[in-house]
Amino acid sequence: MLITFAVLLIFQCVGEGASFLLQLPIPGPVVGMLLLFFALLVSPALLEHMEATATELLRHLSLLFVPAGVGIIVSASSVQGHWWGVIVAVVSSTVITLAATAAVMRIFIPNRPTSVSGQGSTSKLDNES
Amino acid sequence: MNDLNHIGRIWVYLAGSPLFGLTLTLCAYVVAFLIYTRCRFSPLANPVAISIALITLALNVTGMNYRDYFSGAQFIHFLLGPATVALAVPMARQLPKVRRFFVPLLVALFSGCAVAIVSAVTVIVLMGGSYQLAMSIGPKSATTPIAMGIAEKLGGLPALTAVLVISTGIVGAVLARFIFNWMRIESHAVRGFALGLTSGGIGTARAFQVSPEMGAFSGLGMGLNGVLTAFVAPWLVPIAVNLMTS
Repeated sequence: MLITFAVLLIFQCVGEGASFLLQLPIPGPVVGMLLLFFALLVSPALLEHMEATATELLRHLSLLFVPAGVGIIVSASSVQGHWWGVIVAVVSSTVITLAATAAVMRIFIPNRPTSVSGQGSTSKLDNES
Repeated sequence: MNDLNHIGRIWVYLAGSPLFGLTLTLCAYVVAFLIYTRCRFSPLANPVAISIALITLALNVTGMNYRDYFSGAQFIHFLLGPATVALAVPMARQLPKVRRFFVPLLVALFSGCAVAIVSAVTVIVLMGGSYQLAMSIGPKSATTPIAMGIAEKLGGLPALTAVLVISTGIVGAVLARFIFNWMRIESHAVRGFALGLTSGGIGTARAFQVSPEMGAFSGLGMGLNGVLTAFVAPWLVPIAVNLMTS
């Protein structure tokens, strides 16, 4: 667990550094994610090693958005006017984007809830996303 | 009377330390997750939304300001960075499928990215929103730091963009199942990619609660769309706004 955390932080540091140095419009953690992705392709052993802790961390990804979410709701009251317009735009655009992206992918991909790696699709939550 | 005084002093002491914000965040999330579990993981009982509501209520009742709360909650907030990096792990695990679906993923990425930007700008202009509002809402499907950076560059309001990114995340996490079921889409790869592309981190958090495969594809959609939006939005948002207002 500690090694996994160390690896995650190292890649975040490298990502933050690269993002800053190269003036990238992409935040450091996203750069770190891309770098780690390539590192994991090179070293399957690292993937095996990190899997348990990474899965546990991601299981409670929701929790990590709570502090920022509270701040946003607190500051939202300072944004004036046009609430109806904003609500309609956010909901309709979200629905349209979900449907459009899924529709485009479905043209190419067989419509089955199967899993190549054999993991995952056995939970009772299948087809209930 | 003396007892009340003691409680008051204990409260002043606790409220001044980071411990309180941290405890409040974890407890609110535990309660929210319990509700989510009781509702058999219905997307309508989104744990992020419930936690935010509970904490906002608690802050209003106790009169604590957000800065004091965040001095404790920042320890949880900090983990967003390592968690974002950790998304590489399930993505690497799903590599065979990612490779097989390379072309569909790419086509869906470009069309989804464009649809997210153009639909948001079009609707807000039709609803009579200002130029500044349109600039703020354009990049809303990217992750928060990317979207805020774009809004700032375009002359929008980054703080408003942050509100819109989180709202888009929650709305997508809540509605996705109903839309996909209605479209009869069963593949977790398709469901995940579309949800992550549209709703970023909060959508991805929801996807991981459904299946690791859906989570991995959602993380992929979120990461790729964040990067693509960073390059596309700075010119596509102004074009869409000018088209709509001319």
